[in-house]
Amino acid sequence: MTQTPAPQRQGGNRAAGLLAALFGGGSATVFALLVVIFAVIAVVNPGFMEPPSLMAFIKNAAPLVILAVGQYFVIVAGELDLSVGSLVGAQVVIAAALIDGEESRTVPVMLLMLAFGIVVGLVNGLITTLLKVHSLITTLGMMLVLYGAIRLWTGGSPTGALSEGFRQAGRGGIEMSVVRLLPWALFILVAVVIAAVVLMRSPYGRTLIAAGDNEKAAAFSGVRVWQVRTAAFVLSSVLASLAGVLIGGYAGVTAQVGDGLEFTAITAVVLGGVVLGGGRGTVVAAMAGALTVEALFTLFNQLSLPSTIRPAVQGVIIIAAVAYAARERSRPAVPATDARPDETTGS
Amino acid sequence: MSTTVTTQTATPVRRRRLGSTELVYLALLGVVIIGAVLVGIRGDNLLSTANTVDMLTRSSLLGFVALGQTFVILCRSLDLSVGYVMALSSLIGATTMAGDAARIPLGIAVVVLVAGAIGLANGLIITLLKVNPFITTLGMGLIIKGYLDTQYKGPAGEVPSVFQQFGYSRIGPVPLSAAVMLIAVVAGILYLRKTRTGYHMYAVGGSDDVARLSGIRTGRVMIISHVLCSIAAGVAGLLIAARFGTGSALVYDSGYELDSIAAVVLGGTFLMGGRGGVAGTLAGVLILAELDTIFNILQVDPFFKDVLRGVVIIAAVAIYARRYHDRQATRVRFRGNGGGGERRGRDPGAPPDSADDESVPAGHGGGR
Amino acid sequence: MRKLRVLSAGAVTAVLALTACTTDEPADTTDEVDQAAEQPDDGGQSSEGSGDEWFVQAEYEKQLAQRDKEPEGPADKPWLQAIDPEYVETAEYAQDGNTLCFSNASVANPWRVTGWITMQQQVQVYKDSGDIGEFRVSDAGGDDNKQISDIQAFVDAGDCNAIIISPSTTATLTPAVEAACQSGVPVIVFDRGVNTDCMVTFIHPIGGYAYGADGAEFLVENLEPGSKVLALRILPGVDVLEHRWAAAQEIFADSDLEILGNEFTEGDAATIKDTVTQYLQRGEVDGIWMDAGDGAVAAVEAFEDTGNDYPVMVGEDELGFMRKWKETGMTAIAPAYSNFQWRTPIEAAVKIWNGEKVPSEWVLPQEPITEEDRDEYLDRNEGMPDLHYAKFGGEDLPGFPEAWQDR
Repeated sequence: MTQTPAPQRQGGNRAAGLLAALFGGGSATVFALLVVIFAVIAVVNPGFMEPPSLMAFIKNAAPLVILAVGQYFVIVAGELDLSVGSLVGAQVVIAAALIDGEESRTVPVMLLMLAFGIVVGLVNGLITTLLKVHSLITTLGMMLVLYGAIRLWTGGSPTGALSEGFRQAGRGGIEMSVVRLLPWALFILVAVVIAAVVLMRSPYGRTLIAAGDNEKAAAFSGVRVWQVRTAAFVLSSVLASLAGVLIGGYAGVTAQVGDGLEFTAITAVVLGGVVLGGGRGTVVAAMAGALTVEALFTLFNQLSLPSTIRPAVQGVIIIAAVAYAARERSRPAVPATDARPDETTGS
Repeated sequence: MSTTVTTQTATPVRRRRLGSTELVYLALLGVVIIGAVLVGIRGDNLLSTANTVDMLTRSSLLGFVALGQTFVILCRSLDLSVGYVMALSSLIGATTMAGDAARIPLGIAVVVLVAGAIGLANGLIITLLKVNPFITTLGMGLIIKGYLDTQYKGPAGEVPSVFQQFGYSRIGPVPLSAAVMLIAVVAGILYLRKTRTGYHMYAVGGSDDVARLSGIRTGRVMIISHVLCSIAAGVAGLLIAARFGTGSALVYDSGYELDSIAAVVLGGTFLMGGRGGVAGTLAGVLILAELDTIFNILQVDPFFKDVLRGVVIIAAVAIYARRYHDRQATRVRFRGNGGGGERRGRDPGAPPDSADDESVPAGHGGGR
Repeated sequence: MRKLRVLSAGAVTAVLALTACTTDEPADTTDEVDQAAEQPDDGGQSSEGSGDEWFVQAEYEKQLAQRDKEPEGPADKPWLQAIDPEYVETAEYAQDGNTLCFSNASVANPWRVTGWITMQQQVQVYKDSGDIGEFRVSDAGGDDNKQISDIQAFVDAGDCNAIIISPSTTATLTPAVEAACQSGVPVIVFDRGVNTDCMVTFIHPIGGYAYGADGAEFLVENLEPGSKVLALRILPGVDVLEHRWAAAQEIFADSDLEILGNEFTEGDAATIKDTVTQYLQRGEVDGIWMDAGDGAVAAVEAFEDTGNDYPVMVGEDELGFMRKWKETGMTAIAPAYSNFQWRTPIEAAVKIWNGEKVPSEWVLPQEPITEEDRDEYLDRNEGMPDLHYAKFGGEDLPGFPEAWQDR
């Protein structure tokens, strides 16, 4: 407890309070929950707080945090992206099939994956905004299409192999004395966090929230809502592709890669106090939501909770946390710094 | 693919006259005609008794789930726990009946009670705790999954052979399960059209605030819709038990929650609530079942089926959306825009589309 | 507002409690009935030894004994071999057509994909020879209800001359298979069984108990007493997987190994790697037992990435794992759930049409791959993808090797 080298652990409550004060929304719950879960883990297994274990945790949690960031952009703009799970799976399978173990193909294939991610995001975004199909349906359709198409292409199970270079991003890192290995995933994660925070503070971020908060008002004030939203879908797909690189790198190829990640990512974002329907919540809180979900899974493991009962506990905690946050939000605005509603609506 | 083609050619000619339900049935007709031609080329007959029976059988299970899902979607909610409720219901039904024909009524009663209670819990969490329906029902699904995985180590219970008839016997060419499903659908249509609560569902889905201001107890309506949805899923679970001869937890892996939402939306019900109806949902279910039958006869690769289903669903909804927005454009002064911001009910200016055949004007219900 | 919340929380609790009371009692009583029904061959044998409801002592002993029996049939064609066959005459099933219908549970995992390719290649051989006319397939995508409809559709169509069924779940497809039998068409069931013996032949490798025992026994032999073993499982409630775990538990119970836990991973590599990593953080893990080899490589990598010594490993005959095994030189075994069984139903259908006798229960040999024959299998399967299964048994088919390489 006293060493606390990991960023999300630093100063627990103070950081949470500070972040909540900075970013507002119904997000205080998630920071409190995160701190509590980490505290329990620390009590159950003090060894977990040692640097190598924390680094392993980061390596495993990074993909979900990145997915949550992508999902945040879409949700705050008033939409939903169910296709990210099958996109992660598709990207890993594409990478394995095209790289086929050849080191020299790593970079070109990664570029191709980026392009594929952009195309998927564009299709999602344009169908949703221009054809006015609800994003739940658009991305549900995209999920089916990706799931089927990728298996149609590979005949049902992934073929080929990833190169060592490809796997470095999710598996490797810089060897060091204290932490054993400073994972590349950590660097990628920090870069994504900084980029996301900067983006949300840029004019684009503000229009994104405005579009989600009140579409018409945003349109009247000159925002091209469809462009802003399409860009959010592209961001989500690109980040899902990045998450695919990390997951594929972390664990290699199996047929089940990515299954169900969309619901975990949405859960993470909502747990972070971001409101489905758009306009409220911060990207930092969404990331905290993702860390909380991962920490919860870790806690289950540390407590040796029977595997079968875990979903039930997870369900109760999700509902309770969101209900608690909803209570915070529906309270009249009190001068408390950590529960100011509509702080970030930006309009 | 076939739906796209038919509806697109049909749309421009008849746009002004057709309500969305008629359009869905036209799409179904299109699917049948194109399917029959494709199957005919292969030297088979899509409209043969065997193939019709097959299509109806495939439709009945999803029919029950989608019927329930329609109620919640009309209220601008949704239910992601239906697959788990089905699995739980099949197990409760089969274990309660325990192979004894005399215990059938008890089994049914227990399933309806338990499923209804789950729906009640969903409704209460959504209305009182103000938790988003997506999260509520996702979480409820996880809770039930945890219970199922812990409590049942595999298929359990035994359904008496009399009850298996629910899943296997036919009245002429119509499977008993499909007949019951059709009766339930008719009851659903009447419920939405003739009862006050049914009427109110459109109002609540159209705009929660307007509905509340006009004196509707919106929370009650929302809770009832969730209870009905869960009970419908419970009946689907009983059908599962009848067909399996036992209860099975693994049903929850079959993706019925998303399938049922797709069927409802394919049937022309607006995902943001307030417009649509059960009749359209039936057509949506029949389209998906007919596609399944056609794909099977044509020996379509199972993965290609997924691709086609994804495309069909998006295309159909895009066409409905286009019709809706076209009409809306001509009357823009009188109504709000149905965008993402509407979901929180901040936009009180959007009554349901009264031009749609099955929907009803909001705000009238209070006095009926 | 607060009162209402308390009320609704109370309601939720009440609901959960209600759910619990209404199902507890009947579930316990019927499970045993069901369990007895599950094993038609041992009719009425009650479970003893282990308290696990998936464990049937007699079937367990039978399977373990079958491992040492010499199968009848050609040694170079294991898919035609049978252990202790009891033949049935098939003259009554003579057909005037040769349309073969196949209801497949799914092709949702690499094991099934590999087998499915093999089956199609075998069909091609008989199509070329004229023995099989049309080969009609429906795939249920893992949905039991769809598979029931698929089987009904075959029966209703009336022009299938034999129906092959690979059931998705044992208990749930029984009524549909019985209905298919009643139509008079020869029915062949393979892989997972059903609770009826109305089919002409039921084809399967020795079974889940033997599979689970192979791995568990290997761990007991190769680990010091007191060593710690982690069990990784795919998902609960699937009989073929539960039997593997039940057998392993039986063997571990008689050993001095310590079982750290059994975790469900859904075969997802990231989950497996994370789970193993966390166990390693808490202490030593000396051996890994898996109920299926999916993601075995990820489990091994967790040891590499955390700087631990390789465990004694139970994987599967999936090539990715076998390659890793050779590369690292760890102590391991690859139990195999004979993938070549996908050829047998086709052979059986043709035999039945020709009036040749077939075993009523066609038990195929099932042998794990050990360090001794590992390299031989790797050589045989050179150029095959990682998610291919070494004992696929299709080397003599005309499509070899392209059909399995270019999926």
